[in-house]
Parts: sequence; C-alpha cells; structure tokens
Amino acid sequence: MSVRVTINGEAHELPAGATVASVVSEMAPAGEGRGVAVALDGAVLPRAQWQSTAVDEGASLELVVAVQGG
Amino acid sequence: MALAPFEIEGRRFGSRLLLGTGGFTSHELLARALEQSGSELCTVAMRRLDPQARGSIIDVINEAGVEVLPNTAGCYTARDAILTAQLAREALQTDWIKLEVIGDDRTLLPDAVELLSAAEALIADGFVVLPYTSDDPVLARRLEDAGCAAVMPLGSPIGSGMGIRNTYNISIIVEQAGVPVVLDAGVGTASDAALAIELGCDGVLCASAISRAHDPPAMARAIALAVEAGALARSAGRIPRRRYAEASSPQEGMPVWTPTS
Repeated sequence: MSVRVTINGEAHELPAGATVASVVSEMAPAGEGRGVAVALDGAVLPRAQWQSTAVDEGASLELVVAVQGG
Repeated sequence: MALAPFEIEGRRFGSRLLLGTGGFTSHELLARALEQSGSELCTVAMRRLDPQARGSIIDVINEAGVEVLPNTAGCYTARDAILTAQLAREALQTDWIKLEVIGDDRTLLPDAVELLSAAEALIADGFVVLPYTSDDPVLARRLEDAGCAAVMPLGSPIGSGMGIRNTYNISIIVEQAGVPVVLDAGVGTASDAALAIELGCDGVLCASAISRAHDPPAMARAIALAVEAGALARSAGRIPRRRYAEASSPQEGMPVWTPTS
C-alpha cells in the first residue's frame, strides 16, 4: 500500500503510514529539519505536529527554508 | 545633537544599515559583505527546500552574529504573504517579518490594497510587521495606523539603483511618522544612502547596490560609512539653501590698491 502525494510541486509515492516528520527527514536529512517549515494543504503545520500527522492520499506538502533574498 | 538610537519595537541596533542578502554570488562573498556592512539585521527569503543545496544561509548569518529578518518577497497576494510569514516564523523562530506584496512584475511596486490587508492580518496574528511600501505618505500613515512597527518606503524600484526619486515624499513620510522609517529599495551607491539619512530616515536597507557591485564588500563598507556620515550631518544641522551667494569671507577690511602711475 502506498499513498500518492505532492511535495514541493512534484508527485511522490510514499509508503502508507508516512508522516510529515518522515517526509522532512527524507528531504532534509541533516539537522533534524532545523530551519524547515511545512505547509500541509495550504496551512502551516507546526513542528510539534510533524510526528503525529500522517500524510494522506492526495495531500499537498510544501517544505520551505530560508534562502538569500531581499 | 546626536540622533536618537535606532530602535524598532524596542530592539536597539548599533547600525542603521540593514543588509538584504539577495544577489550575492556566493555565501563567502555574503559573509564578507555582512562583516564590512556592520549591519546587525539582514533579510532572507523563503523558498522551497532544495535537497541538493549546499550550505545554509542561516549558518552564514549566525556565524556573522547578525539577526535575521525574513521577508515575503515574491508574494503577489495578501493570502500568499500571510502564509509565507507564518512559514518563516515556524522555520526561523522569529515573529518579525519584512512584508512585501508586489503588484506588478515589471516594476515590483507594492500592491497597496493587498499590502495593507496583509499587514492588518499579520499584526492580528502577533507579528512585528515591517512593510515595504511605496513613497506615498498616505499609505505610510495607514500602515502605521494599522500597527506596523516601522514603514519602509522605496526610494525607487527594487534593484533600479535610481536613488531617491521623490525626496519630498520621503521627507513628508519622515515628518509625520511616529514609527521608524527605513528607506528600502532604490539605493544605487553610497551617496543615495547618505541622502536617505539626511532626509530623516532612521535606517536604510540595501541589497542589490551591494550584492551586484563590482566589489560587494567594498561597497558594503562605503554604504556603511555613508549612513554614518548622513547621521552625523543630520545631527550637525545643515545650512539653509539660498538662491544667491553668501560670502564666507569678511566684507570689511578690504585693502585698497593704489595703482602705480
């Protein structure tokens, strides 16, 4: 079983039971997600909820960090 | 009389120069420019995580001992700017936000309607909002009335290097403001930054003028000195402008030359 989701605009297939925390550690293995923020389906998901939030079929995740700008 | 210290929302800054980190070709160059600028606050943008990216800008800024001010650059609606600010707060653990809501991709001028609406929503959500705004005294007042911690009018469009196109409007904004005024955008070189402070701005934010200069660390130093010079000149009190000359040498005691035959 797997779920199809969108991460930063790209289609991904994740094993069933994947959480936001597992997605973050996959995408940003260094620093335990330090400096990363996540929006799930258009709303900010606080870090404290990453571990307990499952990524469901069709979910859209945005993972952002600070870059040079302004 | 020395100028009052530069403070925003109770935080005091030793330098009136804020550095925008956009446009530096490497983190190493940014680090050198940060050091030369003497800036204590620098902006960053929020973008999608790139798993291939090498090094974090936050590490560079932390190492320089500079505070970070996230922005909402690239947002065209209040909705996007609000979400970006919330993501920045989550990522960087700061409730300060440089609010940008752009209305047009050619001029990058602010969208006044979306900007004010985003400012109101973010202030209600507990943010310390520093809005990038046009050089419009009425909009600046509306942003201050909404509870913004500073107003940041442009001198001219972002990255244009055109300096301060409407010194009268900037002066009016300064005269009426009860919050700090930071000139944001348009600085092309050191003299533009000095002029901003001479006009009464409390601070200056520079990115392209430094990052796209031929020698960014040298320009960072030049602009830092100009900001200091502007502050010193303003506290020293400039002479009034006159249409006609006023001799500085004494009028009396002129010798009279007797022509020899």
